[in-house]
Order: sequence, then C-alpha cells, then structure tokens
Amino acid sequence: MSAHDNHPEGVAHHFESASQQFDSGKLGIWTFLLTEVLFFSALFVAYTMYRNNYPEVFQFASQYLDTNLGALNTLVLLLSSFTIAWGVRNAMLGETKKLTINLIITLVCAAGFMMIKAEEYGHKFHEGTLWGGHEHSIFKLDANDVDPHMAEHSLAFNNPDGEFTAAVKDLDPEFRQKLGIFFGIYFCLTGLHGIHVLIGMILLSWLLIRNLRGEFGPKNFAAVDFIALYWHLVDLIWIFLFPLLYLIS
Amino acid sequence: MSDHSHDSEEHIGHILPLSLLLKVFGGLVCLTILTVMTGKADLHGADLAVAMVIATCKASLVCFFFMHLKYDRPFHGMIFLFSVMFVGLFLAFVTLDSEAYQDDIREKLSNDILQISE
Amino acid sequence: MAPTTNTLDRTNYLNATKGFMSWFWTIDHKRLGLMYLWSVITCFILGGFFAMKIRLSLMPGAVDFATQTAEQMNAYNNAFTVHGAVMIFLVIIPSIPAALGNFVVPMMLGAKDVAFPRLNRFSYHLWLIGALLFVATLIIGNLDTGWTFYPPYSTGHTDPSVITAVLAAFILGFSSIFTGLNFIVTIHKMRPPEMTWFKMPLFLWAIYATAVIQVLATPVIGISLLLILVEKTMQIGIFTPELGGDPVFFQHLFWFYSHPAVYIMVLPGMGIMSELFATFSRKPIFGYRSIAMSSIAIAIFSFIVWGHHMFISGQSQLMSVIFSALTFSVAVPSAIKVFNWISTMYKGSISFTTPMLYGMSIIWLFGIGGLTGLFLATLGTDIVFHDTYFIVAHFHYVMVGSALFGFIGGIHYWWPKMYGKVVDGPLAKLGCLLSFVGFNMTFLPQFVGGSKGMPRRYAAYGSEQGFDDWNYWSTMGAMVLCAGLFIALFALLRSFFVKGTLAPANPWGGVTLEWQSPSPPPEHNFEIAPPVVGDPYDMSLVEYVSEEEGFLPVNPRSDDPCVADVKPEEA
Repeated sequence: MSAHDNHPEGVAHHFESASQQFDSGKLGIWTFLLTEVLFFSALFVAYTMYRNNYPEVFQFASQYLDTNLGALNTLVLLLSSFTIAWGVRNAMLGETKKLTINLIITLVCAAGFMMIKAEEYGHKFHEGTLWGGHEHSIFKLDANDVDPHMAEHSLAFNNPDGEFTAAVKDLDPEFRQKLGIFFGIYFCLTGLHGIHVLIGMILLSWLLIRNLRGEFGPKNFAAVDFIALYWHLVDLIWIFLFPLLYLIS
Repeated sequence: MSDHSHDSEEHIGHILPLSLLLKVFGGLVCLTILTVMTGKADLHGADLAVAMVIATCKASLVCFFFMHLKYDRPFHGMIFLFSVMFVGLFLAFVTLDSEAYQDDIREKLSNDILQISE
Repeated sequence: MAPTTNTLDRTNYLNATKGFMSWFWTIDHKRLGLMYLWSVITCFILGGFFAMKIRLSLMPGAVDFATQTAEQMNAYNNAFTVHGAVMIFLVIIPSIPAALGNFVVPMMLGAKDVAFPRLNRFSYHLWLIGALLFVATLIIGNLDTGWTFYPPYSTGHTDPSVITAVLAAFILGFSSIFTGLNFIVTIHKMRPPEMTWFKMPLFLWAIYATAVIQVLATPVIGISLLLILVEKTMQIGIFTPELGGDPVFFQHLFWFYSHPAVYIMVLPGMGIMSELFATFSRKPIFGYRSIAMSSIAIAIFSFIVWGHHMFISGQSQLMSVIFSALTFSVAVPSAIKVFNWISTMYKGSISFTTPMLYGMSIIWLFGIGGLTGLFLATLGTDIVFHDTYFIVAHFHYVMVGSALFGFIGGIHYWWPKMYGKVVDGPLAKLGCLLSFVGFNMTFLPQFVGGSKGMPRRYAAYGSEQGFDDWNYWSTMGAMVLCAGLFIALFALLRSFFVKGTLAPANPWGGVTLEWQSPSPPPEHNFEIAPPVVGDPYDMSLVEYVSEEEGFLPVNPRSDDPCVADVKPEEA
C-alpha cells in the first residue's frame, strides 16, 4: 500500500491527519454527552412533572435532605472539575507530574463525593425516608403498614422534638404516599448520578495508569481531554440536582 | 479532509491559562454559596427561578471555560444546546399533559373513596 | 468475454485473512456489516417462525374461541411478544443502519473505515450479547407483556423474565447509540473535501437523519427500561399507581423513544429507495434537496408526535389534540419523498432489476401504510381503530413494507459489492413477486377485519363474529409471503455456489463512490481514494462497457489501478 508510506505517526490508518483524528474524537465525545443529557432527561421530566403536580409535597420532603452535606458535595465536585480542567492544561503542556497530581486529587474528590453520598444514603435508610415500595419506608399510604421497628425509632415518623414541620404519621395518607414518590425520584436521580461518578472514577484511574506510563503529552492528550469533558458533564448534572433536590423552600 | 482542513496540526486544542481556571473555580464556589443562601431565605415564590438562574450561570461557566466551549468549534456548543432544548421540549409536553389529566385522577380517586365509604 | 483481473484469487476483504477471530475480532466495517447482516437474517427467521405460529393459531378452526384454554392463550401472548420484540429490537432497528449502513457508509464517502472502528466492533459485540440474552429470555421465559413493557402489568406479578428482557433491550439500545454516534462523526469528519453536504448521496442523508434520532431518542428508552427494572425489583413507585406513581408517564417515556424509532426503521429504507430509483431509472434523482431535507424534517417531526400512541390511554384531551395536529405534519415530508421517487421514474429508462422491483413494491406498500396512518392520526377515527387489526396492518405496511422491503432491496443492490456476485435471476424476481403478493394478501384483509372491529391480541375469534374469512386469507397470505422470502434467501445463498468470475465493479451503473471500488473491495476499500467528480446522481459520469458487463467511469483516471486493470488490450 503505497498510500501508507507517508502516513503521520500516531494517526490511525483511516484518518488523514492528526487534526482530523482529534476533531472526530471531539465530535464523538460531544455527541456522547448529548446522549448522556437525554439519558438523564427522563428523570428530570419525572421530577418536573411530580413537582408541578405536588409542589407542597416536594417542599415538605426537602427538609429531610441535608443541605450542608449537599453543598459540601457540590464544592467537592467543583474542585474535582477544576483539577481535571487543570489536568487537561497539564497534558497539553506535557507537564506529566502535575497531571498525575491533578488526576489523583480528582480521584480523591470523586471518592470523597461517594463517601459523603453513602453517609447521606445511610441516614435515609436509618430514618426510613425511602421510596414507598421499600419495606422499611415510613411513607406508606396507611401509617399502620410501616414496619413497627421503623415507626418506633424514625425521628421523621414521630418527630418527637418537633424538628420537622410535622410528623409523617400525622400526615394525610395521599400526601405521605407522594413523599415516597419524591424519594423514589431522589434515589433514582442521585443513584444514576452516583453510577456516573463511579464510571468516571474507573476512567480517571485508567488515565492515571496511562499517564504514569508516560503516554500523554502535547501531541497525545485526547483521552484526557475527552474524559475531562465527561467528568464536567457529571459535575453539570450535579449543579442542577443540588438546588432541585436540596434547596426547595 | 474535514470541513475545517485548514487547521494546522500543531494547534489542536486550546490551552487555558491557569489564572482563568482559578477565577472560574472561584466564581463557581461563590455562586454555590449564593445559591445556598438564597435557598434558605424566603423569596416569595421566586425560589425556583432564582435557584435555576444561578445553576444556569454555574453551568455556563463550566461549559464555556472548563469544557472549552468558548474556544471550541461552535458546532459542539450547538450540539449541547440542542440536547438541552430537546429535554425542554420533552419536559414541556409531558408536564403539560400530566397537569391536564390530574383533575381526572383526583375525580376518580374521590369517587373511589366515596364508593368505599358508602 | 474480455480477460479480467477481477477474479476469485484477487485479494479482497473476504479472503485477506482467515479464521474465526479474523472475523469476530475484526475492526473492518465491511466484515462487521456482514456479521450484522447474517445475525439480523438469523433473527429474522426466528421472528418469522413466531409470526407463522401466530398466523397458524389464528387460522379459523385452529383454536376454538369457546373452549380455548389458558395455556393456548398464554402461548399466543408469548408468541406475539417474541415476534414483536425480536422483529423490532433485533431485526428492523439494526437491519439497514447496522448491517448495510456499516458496509456502505464509509465506501460511499470514499473513506477507509468509519471514524471509530473499535467502537464499531464494540457495538456489534454489545448487540450480540444483548441479542443472545434477549432471545434466551424470550424463549426460556414466558414473557407476555408485548414489546412495549407497559407498567403496571410488566412491573406487577408477571414473569420475572421481564427483568432480563429489559436488561437485554437496554444493552441493544447502547449498541444502537454507538452505531449512530459513529455514523454522525463519520459523515461529518470523513467526507472528502470535494463532497459537500449537498453532494452527498441520499442514502447518507437518510443514515445521518437516522443516526441523529438514534443518539437523541435511544438514551430515553435506556433510562425508561432501567426505571422498569428498578420498579420491578425494588418497587420504586414512579410508575405504580398503588404507590402514588403514574403509569401514563411511562408511556410518555416509552413513546418518546419508540415513535422516533419508527423512523430509525423507515428512514434508512427511504435512503435505499432514493439510490435505487436514480440508478435504475438512469436519471438524476428528482428533487435532491427536498429529499435530503425531508429526511431531516422527518427526524425532527418524529420527536413531537409520540402522543398519538396514547390517544386512549389516559392522556389529556388537550395533548391529544396537539399531538394529532402535529402527526399530520409528518405526512408532508413522507409524501415529498414518494412524489420525488415517482417523478424520478418519469421518462426514465427503467430497468426492472430485482432491487428495483423491491423499490417499486415499496411505493405501493408505503403508500398504503402511510395513507392509513392518517386515519390513525385523526382523533375520532383512531378511537375506533385503536387496538384493532387496522393498526396491526398499518404498522406492518410501514415497517415491513418499507423498512424490510428496503432492506431486502438493499441487500440485492449491494450484494455484488459484498460478495462479488450479481443476484438478478428469475428466481430472485420470483421471490420478490411472491413476497409482494403474499404481503398484501396477509395484511389487506387485516385492514378490513380491523375496520369491522376485530381486536388485536386475541388468541381466537368466534366464527359468529364474522372474522373467519379475513383470518383465513391473512394466514394464506402469510404462507405465500414466507415462501417468497425463502426463495429470495435461497437465490442469494445459491450465488455462493455459482462458479466463474466475480461481478464487475459497477454492475448496476451507480454513480456513488462505492461502485468505484472492485467487487468485493480490497481490505481498505479503495486502492486509491476515488475522486469525487460531481453530482452523485449524474448518470452521464458512467457508461456501460459490454466487455466488462458493467459500468465504468467515463473519464477514468489513468493512475487508478482498478480501471487500468479492467481495460487491458483495448487501451
């Protein structure tokens, strides 16, 4: 194949030039981000639809979410977004050591995010503020259906100190049921987002290994750039999730 | 080969200055604090609107700078905008519909309750 | 016959490497296309088997209405679920884009491969995993939800095979997304600089529009199916009325994908039609721009009409009216295409080759399928026709009549490029004819039965209800259709055993770039990137050369070895 003799180095056989290869990758990742946005869209639609129909339920439910932990998680993710953006700069400039450090910080932030999330989830399971179909949920249509153990120790259910607006056991049954829907949406949205963070962590680790092998440099940074874009999207989704779930007053 | 083949090979990607990245990060942190503050205050029904405006500002900062959209091909930004528009369309249609049939559901539910109590 | 170097021992993509792994682990878009092709045909035979099972059990007298047992009803529900799910998820959706698209798109662009060959291979492997899981679930389990998985039925106490079926459909969805993504990037970035958007063959426009739908809509079905999964396993409640959820919401999510999916099925078929009509009428396609733009218009309209599947499922009247009005708009770009194809044939020099016969069948079938769609878009008539055989006949006319006939026509059209054999004998034409007659015989009676109120999804009908004649003719037609399709398949398979020289590079006289490569093409498609001379439908660019038994470019480049080879002594 004489056509291949002067083929540029590091460019796959079916591309003519490095810029064509990079452009294709970039368009590919942006198209993928588009599918990601639509992947999340159904849950945002669910959120909007139920919130539009039951605004009081959402307002009430928001008090069970820990705003401080949510805000902390927002900051953690923003920091990780910043470090990965810096990492892209490092990769473009060939600053391999700085890139390693930035990737590690990003990974630590991602892990921190997941740990804070686990803390929040644990609290929800302890309190029974779960979707209505869960056996330990306190949001049953009939308050007598609530697991007796949960009914006893769940603060939200009895509200002994008057911390919350009202005790769940005293609420209107339908209202209580719709609270279960809110938590169904909450767990789906944050769960799906959490899965994306986990996938991101796998991808970041892969980048880290490749970087330690010295594979990235000013001419080969596409993988860092593209995974950073994915990571920013994960951040973007959280930017919207945070006020929508935690800041309903 | 592509529609922009004039690009020279040395200039793939745009390198952002570190100071700009830091500024953007600072801005994002400030906006987060702002949104928590406004979230706790009573804004007389404008809460959602304010929260969404702030979130959109944050998202724009991330998109334009961290995601390089300001310096990237406009087409990539268009793709992204297009996806958001589609979500908007989807959202509007479904919400419009569910709002319109809520009354039917309520009517059915109250009939059911009446029947049970009779 | 003039001596030709285009013989069996020339190295091409089929014989360049050997062994199972050289196919299974290939990144060559042509081999992947062929693997998709045969996988899809296998699934088609499976789906067809269940179609025959349905038709035979609906034959008057097969199952008695009064004494039918629960087992018979379950078997029927299972059969139509398997038929529908296999045909939609495993046959029609991947048929043209994944099988023919993979083979043809890069070649039409004069490119060596798709933009992301490894992603392409990954798509196929995902598809294979999804397909195996899906078929296993459908056959071992007793899935009877229909292909739509509507809650609360699917999430209630139905068979647990819903879980694996949903998971498999989710995997298949991602395969489809990656294929679409690959084509979008390929068409954007791999086009030769001389090939501007409006010099692209219309098949590429159709594939591009399809790919846009694939990447926009398929993620939504992905998340909807995941939600069904969590609903079924964890009772999350979003779709379950007992938990305060809303089952109509699922239908919104489902049809937000599944309506555009109809155009994932039909748009590529329309793309093939445009190629067929231009090539076999020896005329430039009529209204190139309007066909190209109507593909894009259909892609966009397809997203705002999904509610017409929900007219009687609790959707509000307000939205029903809006969706009904919007639905009519789809008729406009569809009609533009049909009129343009007919105008292309007008005063053309039409050759009735097998692919063209399929193409001409589609005009009739899509005409009926499209026009009956208008009855269903109208709110008043839809309430009458909903859940009757009228619907069944309508969507078969569109999906089989346009998508599947387009697929089979496309197979015949590009078969010489794939295997170097021209299949255009009386047997292939008989296959087409029988399929066409059988298809109409199967589904025209269903229109009549349906409009008389024959409901769908029933295992049996009492003879006093008066549907026996329609069912009888429908089953007879299904047998003819089945015979026709098998003859077509036999004609294709037989070509493998016909000895002799390979087909010329351009047996039909197409002007698009894939015909400038020898048949079958070498590993990297072209020895030298083919020049884009001008319009993809300018028929004066090729001429028939009788020694070659095919067409050659009018002004061949002297450095093109393909052309230099096949014109030996005369030069």
